[in-house]
Amino acid sequence: MTTTSTTAGAERATSSPHRTRSGRIERNRQRWGWFFLTPFALIFLVLLVVPLGYAFWMSLHTSTLAAGESFTGLANYERAFTDPLFLGGLTRVGAFVAVMVPIQLGVALAAALVLDTLATRLSRFSRLMIFVPYAVPGMIGALMWGFLYSPRFGPATDLFGLVGATAPDFLAPGTVFGSLVNIVTWQWSGYYMIIIYAALRGIDPSLYEAARIDGASGRQIALRIKVPMISAALVMVVVFALIGTLQFFTEPSILSNVAAGAIPVHYTPNLYAYGLAFSYQQFNYASTISFALGVIVFAFSYLFLFITRKRSGLNS
Amino acid sequence: MSVQTTGGAAGAPPTERTARRRRGREADQAARGPGGSRAGSHLFLLALVLYFVTPLWWLVVAATKSNSGLFASSSSPLWFADDFSFVDNVRRLTTYQGGIYWTWLGNSFLYALTAGVGATLLALLAGYGFAKYRFRGRNAAFALLLGSVMVPLTALVIPTFVLLAEVELVNTRWAVILPSLLSPLGVYLVRVYTQDVVPDEMLDAGRVDGAGELRLFFQVALPLLRPAIVTVLLLSVVATWNNYFLALTMVRSPELLPITVGLANWQALSSGGAGGETLWNLVVTGAFLSVLPLVVAFLALQKYWQSGLALGAIK
Repeated sequence: MTTTSTTAGAERATSSPHRTRSGRIERNRQRWGWFFLTPFALIFLVLLVVPLGYAFWMSLHTSTLAAGESFTGLANYERAFTDPLFLGGLTRVGAFVAVMVPIQLGVALAAALVLDTLATRLSRFSRLMIFVPYAVPGMIGALMWGFLYSPRFGPATDLFGLVGATAPDFLAPGTVFGSLVNIVTWQWSGYYMIIIYAALRGIDPSLYEAARIDGASGRQIALRIKVPMISAALVMVVVFALIGTLQFFTEPSILSNVAAGAIPVHYTPNLYAYGLAFSYQQFNYASTISFALGVIVFAFSYLFLFITRKRSGLNS
Repeated sequence: MSVQTTGGAAGAPPTERTARRRRGREADQAARGPGGSRAGSHLFLLALVLYFVTPLWWLVVAATKSNSGLFASSSSPLWFADDFSFVDNVRRLTTYQGGIYWTWLGNSFLYALTAGVGATLLALLAGYGFAKYRFRGRNAAFALLLGSVMVPLTALVIPTFVLLAEVELVNTRWAVILPSLLSPLGVYLVRVYTQDVVPDEMLDAGRVDGAGELRLFFQVALPLLRPAIVTVLLLSVVATWNNYFLALTMVRSPELLPITVGLANWQALSSGGAGGETLWNLVVTGAFLSVLPLVVAFLALQKYWQSGLALGAIK
């Protein structure tokens, strides 16, 4: 499709010098593009460009009771990048990315590959059930798991009791990391699975036939044909997961209500920024944290897309 | 299970049926390929289903328990207690704090629908503009759009709060709705989809017949874009319905909160211990009822979203 539209464009471009009048009409018509774009562009400007610019402006200023707001240059950034609480949070979401993204991708890919080979009633039912958590708000998901982890409410005590063991405390400082990984995996793997599954369904099945004639096994077909063919979808899933994880907020925030002490208020950069803004009224420093986080997220996803640019469809 | 099968059988259009037949044939081929591991595959799927469904099953069971029943060790957390308190719980939700629970649920509906419809409309117009017109600055604008997909929206929340506070829009419904209208990914999806399904020739034919650009959009393009509309609508409704951080920041008055923030407040109140009331049964039953609409919508509309959610992935 892309090729047809570019050839159509080229045709138009070459024909316009010959017939200037129709060329002008053509140019006028193309202005309609801006007409269609304008409503979104306005929202984009007011609610994305302006807040980003304002965040940057705020980050360059500091307000004190004595002097009011004054320009302080990069002082806020100096403070942020030597602030152990911010750096700690940043390291922590980095660790979440390193652990959580491969797990989610692995679960989603494995489920999608298995579903792709089956067309049974059970497989259709499974596809739906694995996806259902996507329809549950992250806040409710964290709430539910908070109950399930709880030694008072949850089934863990009973389940571990069956084999004569005592249940670990899922909400202790040492274990809460894994507990959060589990919540997010539960919440998002199904959504990623659907994206990957749909991409698998888009592959022409005659390819498998050819491979089978050449003696390829089911596993070889999955790893050598299917996975490379859907790399654009995989790249997209990783970018979504990466962006989502670096902004981690809801789940630790909800879980901290029941895991007293295990999740401090600066657990992730977003939690830290929220606390700075609304508990300490430090809006300038909170904006600095937000803006720095935004730049880091952007840089990492851009870097990832750049490295995988041959595989992702985003640059088309 | 029954919901799923009736959903699949009822009114499946012929294209769906042929697609299913094709899928069946593929599956036969595939089954011949891996050879005899079908039982293993099904076992693997069952294990996954168990993992993904258990928390929801717990929610169903827990919503039928009283406050003391939730704690009682006499009944398993994963099975019903002897006394069935679901009706009692719902009744208490209706009376507690003047039934504010239902206000929250109504707010969530309002926010999700207005922001969802609004974001979809904006994305449709912009995506179509990008796909079908070669105006000056298009490439730069599109590059900007693609870049903005990677801007974490939570990084905008605090500065947006300060800006909206200056125009006194904080703690109003607009503070939740306006930022939710922004869906760069929606624009991208519509653009990709429009390039695929709306041929230039068809628009040119319409122009020859004297149709204006607006009429072409509404009467030629929109009907073809239906799957993209459903997808973008679904994505933005879900995103707004599920959003927690934005509403937590923007709205303080209890009567403006969406269900996510409202329930989180009750949860914090209950786990506060001394002095705090224990509302655990209300939190659980409230969570259960609030999850129902979206889960049911997804089960009922599966025909639409299953192919649609992957719009961007296939490209």
